[in-house]
Amino acid sequence: MASVIATEPALEPSSGARQVARRLSADRGAVFGLVVVLVFVLAAVFAPLITAISGYGPYEYDLAALDDTGAPRGFGGGISREHWFGVEPLTGRDLFAVVIYGARTSLLVGVAATVVSVVLGVLIGIVAGYFGGWADRVLSRATDVVFGFPGLIFMIAVGAIIPPWFPKSLLIIVVIGFFGWPAIARVVRGQTLVLKQRNYVVASLAAGASATHLLFRQILPNLAATIIVFATISIPGKIGAEAALSFLGVGVPPPTPAWGRSIGEAINWVQTDPMFLFFPGAALFLVTLAFNLAGDGLRDALDPRSEGAGR
Amino acid sequence: MSAPAEPTVLQVTDLSISFTTQGGRAAPREVVHHVGFTLERGRVLALVGESGSGKSVTAMATLRLLPNTAQIEGSVRLGSEELLSAPAERLRRVRGGLIGTVFQEPMGALNPVFTIGDQIAESLLAHHRGLDRPAARRRVHELLDLVAVTDPARVARSFPHELSGGQLQRAMIAMAISNNPQALIADEPTTALDVTVQAEILALLRDLKDRLGMAVLLITHDMGVVADIADDVAVMRDGQIVERADVLSVFKAPQHDYTKALLAAVPRLPSLRIAEPAPAHVRHPARQGVAAAVEDATIIYRGRGRHQVRAAESVTLHIAPGEVVGLVGESGSGKSTVGRALAGLVQLASGRAVLAGVDLSEASRRTLREVRAKLGIVFQDPASSLNPRHTIERSIGEPLDLHQQLSAAQRHARVLELLDAVQLDRALAGRLPHELSGGQRQRVAIARAISTNPDLLIADEPTSALDVSVQARILALFGRLQADFGFACLFISHDLAVVGEVTSRVAVMYRGSVVEEGPTDQTLTAPTHPYTRRLLAAAPVPDPVEQRRRREAWLALQQADAAAA
Repeated sequence: MASVIATEPALEPSSGARQVARRLSADRGAVFGLVVVLVFVLAAVFAPLITAISGYGPYEYDLAALDDTGAPRGFGGGISREHWFGVEPLTGRDLFAVVIYGARTSLLVGVAATVVSVVLGVLIGIVAGYFGGWADRVLSRATDVVFGFPGLIFMIAVGAIIPPWFPKSLLIIVVIGFFGWPAIARVVRGQTLVLKQRNYVVASLAAGASATHLLFRQILPNLAATIIVFATISIPGKIGAEAALSFLGVGVPPPTPAWGRSIGEAINWVQTDPMFLFFPGAALFLVTLAFNLAGDGLRDALDPRSEGAGR
Repeated sequence: MSAPAEPTVLQVTDLSISFTTQGGRAAPREVVHHVGFTLERGRVLALVGESGSGKSVTAMATLRLLPNTAQIEGSVRLGSEELLSAPAERLRRVRGGLIGTVFQEPMGALNPVFTIGDQIAESLLAHHRGLDRPAARRRVHELLDLVAVTDPARVARSFPHELSGGQLQRAMIAMAISNNPQALIADEPTTALDVTVQAEILALLRDLKDRLGMAVLLITHDMGVVADIADDVAVMRDGQIVERADVLSVFKAPQHDYTKALLAAVPRLPSLRIAEPAPAHVRHPARQGVAAAVEDATIIYRGRGRHQVRAAESVTLHIAPGEVVGLVGESGSGKSTVGRALAGLVQLASGRAVLAGVDLSEASRRTLREVRAKLGIVFQDPASSLNPRHTIERSIGEPLDLHQQLSAAQRHARVLELLDAVQLDRALAGRLPHELSGGQRQRVAIARAISTNPDLLIADEPTSALDVSVQARILALFGRLQADFGFACLFISHDLAVVGEVTSRVAVMYRGSVVEEGPTDQTLTAPTHPYTRRLLAAAPVPDPVEQRRRREAWLALQQADAAAA
C-alpha cells in the first residue's frame, strides 16, 4: 500500500471529566446555579456556626422583639442589627436562624428522597428494560399505577395516621422518594432498551457474559450521565414536595424549622408582616432555581452532541 | 434558461471553505482549499474522495447550504451569475429551481407525515406560485412516471414509510428535477441502497441526464459508481482536488499517487461469465469436521400483536474448522440473522444451530455461556462496537475475564500481544474508544473477538462502514490473522468483491433462503441462480470499460426478467 493513505490518525486524547468541567464553566447559568447550591449546602452544614455568629439560634424566643399584638416591632418585620431577617411573629424566633436551619430540612429531605427514588427507579427501569417480557409488563404497569397515583393526598393521609413515635423526617423522605421513582424508571427503561441493542453489549453477551455482568459493567456506566442529570433536576421537585407537606402542616414536626411551614404561617401575616413570607419564600425559590440551572447546565455539558455542530 | 449552445452550466473557481469552532474563539479551520471545477450540460462530474476529504462540504457550499459557522471564499457561477454573493431570495429560487439536489438517505430527506405526492407538489409550488391543484397533481404524476416508479398514482398517495428505499430515492429524484433544473447535485445518492437498486438508480440518472440535458455533480466514495456513470472525475483529498481528468484516463492512467493507491485499494470482482454455461461442477475436497453449522433453521421475528417476519427459512450452512465462508445478500435477506443464530443470540423456530458440537437452542444458560468462549463477533459499526466508557484494554480483556482466570499481569500481557497481533500501538491500551479512528476501533473489535482463540469468528459486515483504503488494510489483517490463528469464519457482507477476496466458499441469501452455495471463485464468476446473476451483474466494478460490459449484461438480464414476468 502506498504511504499516502497509510495513516489512520488517532484523535486528540482528552479527559472526559475535564471537558465536562470546561463546558460547565462556560455556562453562566450553570455556574450561578452551582454557586448558589454550594452556598446553601455550606449554610446547612455550618448552621450552628453561622447562628452563633448572628447571635440567635432557631429555638431562642426573643419576646422583646414583639409588640403587644404579637407582631414584630420595627421596620420590615423587625429587621435590626440583632435580627438580620427580622423575627417570627408571635414567637419572636430569629427568622435568619429559621431560614438557615430550614435549609438543613429542605436539602436533607430533598437529597435523601431523590436518592430513594433514583435507586428505586434505576433498579426497576433497568430490570424492566433489560429483561423485557413479563418482567417488563409487570414493572411497567406498576410504574404507570404509581405515576398516576395522587401522591400528595396519600402523603397527607399517611402523615395523619402514622404513630407519633415514628421519625417524621424519615417518613417524609420515604414517602416522597417512593412517589418519585416512576419518572426515572421510565427514562432508564427506555435508555436500557436502546443500550442493550448496542454492539458492545451484544458482543459482550456473545462472549459469554452473564446478565449481572451486562447490567452492571456494560449498561449501568453508560446510564450514569442520564442518572446524574435526572437526579439533579428532580431535587427541586422533592424540596418543593417537602415544602408543600410542611405548608399543609403534615411535614416535619414543629418547632423544627422548615421553609414550607414558615411560608404557611406567613400567609396569615402577609398584611402586617410581608417580610415573614419573603425570606423563606426567597430561599425556597433560589434553591429550586439553582438546582434547575445546575441540572440543565450539567445535561448540556454531558451531552456530546451540544458541541461541534456542522460537518 | 440559457441557450443550449452554452455548455458550461456551473463553474466553481478557487473555492475555499473554513469553519469557526468553539463559538468563534479558536482560529477558523480551513477544510477545503482552492477547489475549482466545471459542470457541463449532459455530462456527469464525479467528485470522489474518502470521508473527511471535503467533497460533501464543497457540494453544499455551491448552494450555500452550510451552517453559519462556515466561511466560503471564491466564486460559484451559475451561467453568468455569481451565487456566493447572490441575495437570499434569489438563492432560494436557484435551489430546487435551477439546481436540484438528491441526498444519501431518502428516508431522512423526506418528511414522514406528508405523502410523496404532496412533497413533490410542494417543491413545484415553491417555484410556481400560480399553479393550481389539478395541474400540480398532473405534473407530479408526470414526474413520477419520468423517474419510472411502478404505479405513479399509488406512489403519490403513499407516505414515505410505505415505500422501499429505491422507490423513495426515485421520488427524491422526481422532486429534484421537478422544476427542470440545469444542474443536479447528487450527494452519495446510492450509498444507502442495495446494489441491484443502485444499478437501477444509476441507470435512471444517466437516462434523465441525457433526456433533460442536465449537468450532474455526483459526490461518491465508490469507484465502481464512478466507473459506471461519470464522464469526468475530480479526486479530492484533504480538501484539495489532487487529480482531474476524464473517466477513462483516471482509471487507465491515474497520475497522482493518491488516485493510484485509492484504485489499488478497491477490491475487484473477477470478470463475469453470465452468458456462458457453468463449467462442470468441480467439487473441492470437503474439509473434515464441522466448526459450526445451522441446519434447516427457520427464524421468525415477532412484532406487536400477530405481526411476524420470517427472517430465515430452512437455512442450512456448514462451516468446517479453519474455513472462511462468505454469506452474501442484500439488506433484509436474513444474512445477519443467520450470524446471530450461530452466536445463540436469536431463538430458532425450528432446526438447529450448532457451535463446537453444542446445540445452542437446547443448551442451558450455563453451557451457552461456556461455549461462547469459542466464539468471536465483529460488527459493522465501529462507533457502537466498543463501550464508550471502557478503556481499550478493558474491552479487549473482557472475554478473557469471563472465561479465563488470569492474573492482572498475565491479562495485561495478553492484551498487549493482541494489540500487536492487530497492529495497533501498545500505547492505545489505556485510551478510550472516542480517541480512536474508525479503522483502529475495528482493529480493537477484532482483537477482542480473537482474544480467547475462538473456533468461530462471525464477521458481520466488518468493513462496510470504513473507507476503501482502511478496508483494504483491515482485510489484509484479517487474512493474516486467519492464517495465524486458524479460526473458522462466517464472513457476512453485501459486498461481493470483498467476499471474493477473503472467502473460499460462499452462500447467497435471498429473502430468507440460501439460493446458491459453492466455491467462491466459481460462484462469483459463473453463478447458476438467476438472483446471484442479477446481484453480480449489478455490482459496479472500478473499470469503465469492464463496467460498460457488466451494465449491458445487467440490462439484458433486466429485460429477460421483464419478458418472463
